[in-house]
Amino acid sequence: MKILYFAWVRERIGLESETVEPPATVRTVADLAGWLAARGEGYARAFENPRIVRAALDRRHAKPDSAIDGVNEIAFFPPMTGG
Amino acid sequence: MFTVRIQSEDFDASAEASALTRGRTDVGAVVTFAGLCRADDAPGGAPLIALTLEHYPGMAEEEITRIVTEARGRWPLSGATVIHRFGRMTPGDNIVLVVTTSAHRGAAFAAAEFLMDWLKTRAPFWKLEEREDAQDWIAAKDSDDDAAGRWS
Repeated sequence: MKILYFAWVRERIGLESETVEPPATVRTVADLAGWLAARGEGYARAFENPRIVRAALDRRHAKPDSAIDGVNEIAFFPPMTGG
Repeated sequence: MFTVRIQSEDFDASAEASALTRGRTDVGAVVTFAGLCRADDAPGGAPLIALTLEHYPGMAEEEITRIVTEARGRWPLSGATVIHRFGRMTPGDNIVLVVTTSAHRGAAFAAAEFLMDWLKTRAPFWKLEEREDAQDWIAAKDSDDDAAGRWS
């Protein structure tokens, strides 16, 4: 699956996007965030407070317990500050 | 006519409002709101040099279109235009435009306010503040969540 990162999540990880193959035990947005956080120092910093990192599944806002099965594009980002 | 545009270029608020009323006789109210980049001193006194708005291409347009659809379900609107810019802006520059039209002012005012409240909390944009000595991402405000929450 393709993962996109925005704003300070992107800066901390050092990537705009990447393609990953998480294990089958990773079923939800929260599982994926936890799995990513263990991939390295930048990831750990990006997800150090997972409650404030938001996610979108195929360009729709999602919750931590949303299932990622069948999703093509997952994005992680800070709370929105547009307008 | 309902339009959502995500662009780096500036917009002309009065031209966008005119486009929603030209040739129509059923529009009794036009509300135009523009949000601008404001000169804003940090607590230590460092002036704001610029704001850079990052966005999620594709989702930004889709999400704002969903917000406009929600507004149309709540109020009898004859038209709406939402334009959100991305890129680097300096104080005085336009950032966002919301124009709503309806037969009566109540719906046009309420829908414009609803659209702005939801834009601030759901549209995937992030602001990077640039000052002389530092660059920092602006944190989301609880007051914006509270403003959006009153519509549910």
